[in-house]
Amino acid sequence: MTVQIFLSRDAASVAVGADDVAAVLAREAERRGIAIELIRTGSRGLCWLEPLVEVATPAGRVAYGPVSAADVASLLDSIAGSGDHPLRQGLTAEIPWLKRQTRFTFARCGVIDPRSIDDYRSHGGLVGLEAALSIGPEAVLDRVVQSGLRGRGGAGFPTGIKWKTVAQAAGPQKYIVCNADEGDSGTFADRMLMEGDPFLLIEGMAIAGIAVGATRGFIYIRSEYPHAIAALNAATASARRAGVLGQSVAGSKYAFDLEVRVGAGAYVCGEETALLESLEGRRGQVRAKPPLPAHRGLFGAPTVINNMLSLAAIPFIIAEGPKAYADVGFGRSRGTMPIQIAGNVKHGGLFEAAFGLTLGEIVDDIGGGTLSGRPVRAVQVGGPLGAYFPRQLFDTPFDYEAFAARDGLIGHGGVVVFDDRVDMAAQARFALEFCAIESCGKCTPCRIGSTRGVETVDRIRGRHDVTANVALLQDLCQTMKLGSLCALGGFTPYPVMSALKYFPEDFGVAAVHSDAAE
Amino acid sequence: MDVVDARTAASHRSQGERWDEARALEIITEIKALDGATLPILHALQEAFGYVPEEAVALVAAQLNLSRADVYGVISFYHDFRRHPAGRHVVKLCGAEACQSMGGAELASCAERKLGIRMGETTADGRVTLEPVYCLGLCAVAPSAMVDGKLVGRLDETSVETLLAGLEA
Repeated sequence: MTVQIFLSRDAASVAVGADDVAAVLAREAERRGIAIELIRTGSRGLCWLEPLVEVATPAGRVAYGPVSAADVASLLDSIAGSGDHPLRQGLTAEIPWLKRQTRFTFARCGVIDPRSIDDYRSHGGLVGLEAALSIGPEAVLDRVVQSGLRGRGGAGFPTGIKWKTVAQAAGPQKYIVCNADEGDSGTFADRMLMEGDPFLLIEGMAIAGIAVGATRGFIYIRSEYPHAIAALNAATASARRAGVLGQSVAGSKYAFDLEVRVGAGAYVCGEETALLESLEGRRGQVRAKPPLPAHRGLFGAPTVINNMLSLAAIPFIIAEGPKAYADVGFGRSRGTMPIQIAGNVKHGGLFEAAFGLTLGEIVDDIGGGTLSGRPVRAVQVGGPLGAYFPRQLFDTPFDYEAFAARDGLIGHGGVVVFDDRVDMAAQARFALEFCAIESCGKCTPCRIGSTRGVETVDRIRGRHDVTANVALLQDLCQTMKLGSLCALGGFTPYPVMSALKYFPEDFGVAAVHSDAAE
Repeated sequence: MDVVDARTAASHRSQGERWDEARALEIITEIKALDGATLPILHALQEAFGYVPEEAVALVAAQLNLSRADVYGVISFYHDFRRHPAGRHVVKLCGAEACQSMGGAELASCAERKLGIRMGETTADGRVTLEPVYCLGLCAVAPSAMVDGKLVGRLDETSVETLLAGLEA
């Protein structure tokens, strides 16, 4: 009898030895005369258990992890015998960390073979596209509006409104652009989904194309994601062969096709207008708005530019109906958010849940505290432009408005945990240094302010005229916040000001009045 | 290399062919019909030659009907494009926040000490180029690195030293 074994090919799994495990599995199984079928899936998102090996049993898949190449021999012996093993985690579906989640977008990730469109179809894939074709563009737009879906890149703009704007715009050629330039540290949801369920993104983009009347799409993926690029290239070719993409999408009157394009290491290209510049072949410099990309976007044409996670949420919304999506959530943040728990944390990984979990639940309960075992001191939420929150703000619910009310942002859903050894003045310096490195140079507050900010923090850390330099830093942050063209210069003050406000002792001051920055 | 590969290849190769204008022209010709072909062309040239040679600037400009300043501006804007060949091995250590929280800065210092160079430099024998990268998306298995295009996570000083020592001359 052939034993089905599942092992992730996700970049994070490969980075901690999954390919070695696969090679030894094949070799040792052959040596033992055990017939195995090894299926390389995406990741379940339980990153601390990677490489996670799952074995099919009549009761369901049983998980073992973290499995190293050295564990494979004993693992195979146990599979052939009682199934007991020190690394056994029980039935995968019953692992509490997974069971507590609400997986709308990541339902198939880690389950199916991401290279097989048949596997995708047999696990509920393409149902949303078929529904979209039968109800037509108007009804699709209505469903997206009713779902309450907001842009998952961080800005939280209602996706349905954006789509309607493009649908109403006139133009011989319209575009769907997927922003997969996931540059925020602490985020990896786009990468995981592209590697683990790439057809979902293709389906979401095809639905978007039908809804707004666009026939061409681009997926802009950062070059730091070679596995995701390979996965999307393979999936796009496969979708074309299967007739999902092309002159007649799934046999309909609608045409839609897409291309994968690769970034070149510029963080600012995650900003939508810089991304469009880059796609057009220029320096990734931010455009002033208006005009909005919905009116004049890629190559001057009406363009839907959405974050990868927004597009990937669409098939569920169309297939299951907007109510099923909007029924979960918190306040104006409807649906689910794939929260990425990272950094110095015991149980790091991807946790998709309805909005509204508190930061404390995410860090202490789900994340299990720090990996180092030391106390949590600060948590940066929302990437390099997100605020650092101390423990006293752990009651903040994960929701766009709740974080904004406390001078923070949820961004793309990344949560990075730091223990008590962190120097928050050094983190503030890094935020400004990163802004200086990545600034596109178009506007002065960002281009010059970031460098002056680094110098000012250096003076504070060197204890030169601390009071005056702290006041100068606050003033500079205020200028950057209000005067920058995009979120890079405009949000860099969040990590800086939060570090100063909540951890003033690291800057050599007793307390900081933050009124100037509000 | 077919067109699909050429426009989506990220340039992770550190070693390339010798500069050859006919070969470069062939690469450009194959891709230039794409909308917004500049980045795909530069990626493909770097994939072939290991960097974007000075000679390529005028060639790309002429083929795309751009000024040389336009092309130079694109090359200099993006961190990925090299104007000089890299070492025979390229080690990119993640310097972003998630890796910082797991001792990324200490790992960077360790690599600098071990190689006797600073971040952004290449060893005198041309063996290794050490560079920072800002996020590989391996934030839950931090700290991480990309070595000659291959990803590694859960690094510590011992594994970094082993990894660097294992890079062939």
